[in-house]
Amino acid sequence: MILHAIFFYLFAGITVASAVMVVASRNPVHSVLFLILAFVNAAGLFVLMGAEFLAMILIVVYVGAVAVLFLFVVMMLDVDFSELRSGVLTYLPVGGLIGAVLLAELLIIVGAWAIGPEVGKAITAPIPPSTAIPNTQALGLVLYTRYVYFFQAAGIILLVAMIGAIVLTLQHKPNVRRQIIADQVARTKASAIEIVKVKVGQGLS
Amino acid sequence: MIIGLGHYLSVAAIVFTLGVLGIFLNRKNVIIILMSIELILLSVNINLVAFSTFLNDIVGQVYALIVLTVAAAEAAIGLAILVAYFRNRGSIAVEDVNLMKG
Repeated sequence: MILHAIFFYLFAGITVASAVMVVASRNPVHSVLFLILAFVNAAGLFVLMGAEFLAMILIVVYVGAVAVLFLFVVMMLDVDFSELRSGVLTYLPVGGLIGAVLLAELLIIVGAWAIGPEVGKAITAPIPPSTAIPNTQALGLVLYTRYVYFFQAAGIILLVAMIGAIVLTLQHKPNVRRQIIADQVARTKASAIEIVKVKVGQGLS
Repeated sequence: MIIGLGHYLSVAAIVFTLGVLGIFLNRKNVIIILMSIELILLSVNINLVAFSTFLNDIVGQVYALIVLTVAAAEAAIGLAILVAYFRNRGSIAVEDVNLMKG
């Protein structure tokens, strides 16, 4: 149990510290790297809570895909980021006040919560003991049966996002010559070749 | 000492607040705003998984998976809009995004 506490404070501390650095870092590349660190440590928190599948998905999807996408975009855009940071100090009092109020409210709620007695009866799919069924299998047993429509909707959302991102970023440059396969196939001998009788000594005029 | 539900909820609350603060402080930089939104969604996921574990109900993890999907889609679309905007304007300053006011 003491080991659990040590690892909780390790993961939680690094998650919060790297979240601070995401917001406060001057260089956006550093922000992305701290975002990756925050996600990896949040995955550690998920493992501590027994959600191993979500922890691995968090690393694969976020660190492997989303954070690298951020990194690509940050490095591809040629932007003067120091100019974009100029307003931080003017926004700091208002933002700090709102953040402090929000954090105080949330922590008051966290400190004062109590789970109602009837909540235990409302559980729809109890987690089986991890010695009998591992977390991934338990998740799949409900995800592919009872929540299959949610699963399909998630797939449709990803498909729409993929098509949308392609449509938004694809551009046809006018001066690029592309291969038009229909034109190539439609060529005939008559349209492609011309036979010219050349008289001796005159050449082509 | 026992690490309970309140500890995880506190971490999620702090990360959520940092995400909101990031949106406020970096009002000009869209990339940092998108990253702050990712932080907010991460804190929501921590909340969902914490309640799922401590109430012994796996549906919270299913919902966290859906939130993860939506967050990934949102990041992809947001970055695509950012790239398209940068191509048109040559800058990503949010304060210039008022051309559609008419």
